[in-house]
Amino acid sequence: MAVDILPVAHDARRPAWKRIGTMREAGLIAIILSLCVIMSFASPHFLTLGNFRAMLMSFSVEGIVVVGMTILLIVGGIDLSVGSVVCFSMVLSGSLFLMGVDPWTASLVGIAASAAIGCIMGFFVTVVGLNHFITSLAAMVIVRGLCLVITKGTPLSLFTLPPAFKAVGQGTFFGVPYVIVIFIAVVAVFDFLLRRATAFRKVFYTGSNEKAALYSGIKTKDVKFWVTVLCTTLSGVAGTIYMARFGAATPTFGVGMELNIIAAAVIGGASLNGGSGTILGAILGIALLSVVTSSLILLDVSVYWQDMIKGCILLAAVSIDHMLHKRKAA
Amino acid sequence: MTSETVLDIRNVSKHFGAVKALTAVNFRLERGEVHALCGENGAGKSTLMNVIAGVLQPSEGEILVEGAPVRIASPAVAQSLGIGLVHQEIALCPDATIAENMFMAATNRRRSVLMNYRKLERDAQILMNRLAPIDVRQKVGDLSISSQQLVEIAKALTLDCRVLIFDEPTAALTETEAQVLFGIIRDLKARGISIIYISHRMAEVFSLCDRVTVFRDGRYVATETVADITPDDVVRLMVGREIDQLYPEKHGQSGCVGEPILSVKKLGDGARFRDVSFELRHGEILGVGGLIGSGRTEIAEGICALRAATQGEIRLHDKVLRLRRYSDAAKAGVVYLSEDRKGSGIFLEMSIAQNIAALDLKALTSFGLLNFRKERSLAEELARRLGVRMGGVDMPVSSLSGGNQQKVSIAKQLAVNPKVILLDEPTRGIDVGAKSEIHRLLRDLARAGIGILVISSELPELIGLCDRVLVVREGGIAGEVSGDEMTEEAIMRLASGIDPEANTNSKASGHAA
Repeated sequence: MAVDILPVAHDARRPAWKRIGTMREAGLIAIILSLCVIMSFASPHFLTLGNFRAMLMSFSVEGIVVVGMTILLIVGGIDLSVGSVVCFSMVLSGSLFLMGVDPWTASLVGIAASAAIGCIMGFFVTVVGLNHFITSLAAMVIVRGLCLVITKGTPLSLFTLPPAFKAVGQGTFFGVPYVIVIFIAVVAVFDFLLRRATAFRKVFYTGSNEKAALYSGIKTKDVKFWVTVLCTTLSGVAGTIYMARFGAATPTFGVGMELNIIAAAVIGGASLNGGSGTILGAILGIALLSVVTSSLILLDVSVYWQDMIKGCILLAAVSIDHMLHKRKAA
Repeated sequence: MTSETVLDIRNVSKHFGAVKALTAVNFRLERGEVHALCGENGAGKSTLMNVIAGVLQPSEGEILVEGAPVRIASPAVAQSLGIGLVHQEIALCPDATIAENMFMAATNRRRSVLMNYRKLERDAQILMNRLAPIDVRQKVGDLSISSQQLVEIAKALTLDCRVLIFDEPTAALTETEAQVLFGIIRDLKARGISIIYISHRMAEVFSLCDRVTVFRDGRYVATETVADITPDDVVRLMVGREIDQLYPEKHGQSGCVGEPILSVKKLGDGARFRDVSFELRHGEILGVGGLIGSGRTEIAEGICALRAATQGEIRLHDKVLRLRRYSDAAKAGVVYLSEDRKGSGIFLEMSIAQNIAALDLKALTSFGLLNFRKERSLAEELARRLGVRMGGVDMPVSSLSGGNQQKVSIAKQLAVNPKVILLDEPTRGIDVGAKSEIHRLLRDLARAGIGILVISSELPELIGLCDRVLVVREGGIAGEVSGDEMTEEAIMRLASGIDPEANTNSKASGHAA
């Protein structure tokens, strides 16, 4: 029986900052920092406050969607419709505003409608029994179609939005853009909840082993349903922020966004098999993609090459992680 | 029979992490013999068969086929060497027809690009007719378990084998089907094919096989000619110790006198089981035996609402239970430990503490947030009580051995202070040491007043551990044995339905059809 006694690999009671060296996030931070160092030599425009603010702005709103996607990946699901839902929330709120509805109310309706889309998807996943991939693939197409129906295919110009509303997307709070403040608040709240809240612990149980979770008295279908709704709701929130920021609503906005979002979550350590993932990792994932995009632009790399390079980075990041995990398991 | 060695296993070892499944075993198979391989569960029989069939790679040792050393890197290599394996667990494609399943392996080795489905069906039907009159155009998923087992056997027969391995082929077969199989095995033997036959059933071993090899705890014990040995000798070699020492002392020889904790009356789900009535009393361990597929698991699932029971009633401490889903059962104090530990018992990559807390989240929560300190102390206390050998409660469960993983599963159930625990195959695939620890634990829990119901396929475990054993056959209780009547023979007789009336001592309720 001596074989059962395994050496203690690490004492998990050590304070968090001492464990950082063993965490996957540390690797991502190292990659991002070294990329920044290299870029600061390669381009004089990289290491400027303006560029950093632009980069943060660029991934802040997507970052809110990444939070929802990460939690959905942890439960073992996936949502391909996030780009469409972001756009849907944007054009619905926008057209309600043009019809004379107060923009704040219009935004709340847009967010609620996005949540309703999540409820419908959740119904198909938990009651009908389809998987998340197929359900959200259908939703992606249907909701995009809805956007075209609502706008009749033409972009909505919303320059008449009141300044107080536009401030959400364009204003600053003690010099920090509201968008970034909202993003950091969402990340902080969900990172805390995911680690500490009982409801989110059930997400991990369900994603890790759905049957075992069921046998532990967890209502796994309810868990999957609500996580699906959470993801589309956060997409809806992102949509209204985009509307405030751009002062316009385009029916083709967010096409292909889902791939960026999923890539970020996966680079950050979320498993497509469910059961693992962290908010911090996913945010670092999207930060990495954003730094890469910014670098490619500053280095004057042709836009035609950019997607290809980003795809290769995704493949490399996930492969390295997979190989490291395999070695650990052996 | 010539004495030419077809397959020679020399000093083969296999480790899974720190667990040694096989330690330097030897095994020699002659041409045209039927060679039985016996051993308790976990003795390493299936591991060795998987090594021979290329499913697993040995950690050490060598394998010789007809005198030449070989490396069996995959099942495809095993097939090209003429080694076929009939799996204990059915591995068929449920959405394909019987014919397609049967020729899956053979198709893989053919060179032509296109399939001749008509010929395939015709050949499959001819082969199948030798076993049973089953239409090969049916989908495998629509078949009963015993028919699927026959398809599994037919599939092995399509290959041109010189060595054919049967891993407990009769576990899911009826008596008549088993007799047909024995005829086919004798026929194969006459054609010079060598058979490795794994079985727990001594009668089969002694009527069918020429020689028998015994394994114990992953080690080779002995090889004997069947004619020179008795079934008792084989059992003694398999167990290697006095069986009484293995199990904890029972409640009392006079039977069980305690108050009923759980009483089940005429429970049925309209499909897999019906008219199930029994009482689980204070202080006893109640065993449930029966063949695989007889409905034992379904009954347990029906009691704790994992499966909808449409008829009957369940009382816990004389109060009627109305359960709509499993979480209601757990709340009422009836918990179920699944037979499939990895599939539905544990969260492999999550920590020991997180696993133990899974059922008891409510008690660990205040204002919607988990109290990590409470979680840790709960996990540490239960892990200590159960003797889980671990680095710490923050380690992932995947770092533990099978026996300790099972203790964590049991700890998870104990966290909610259950009144009744239903355990389905609680010691399957667990080494002997951890097994007797779990037995002792169950006895302690029973003594403390928790109702313990143990489903097991292992007859020695039922007899050694339980005070009474209910035997399930075809979804009904075929009878009950206790005290001195509790023998492997009595249980097997009830389980297989041979002459139940002859067993006058058993309180057969006679519902089984």
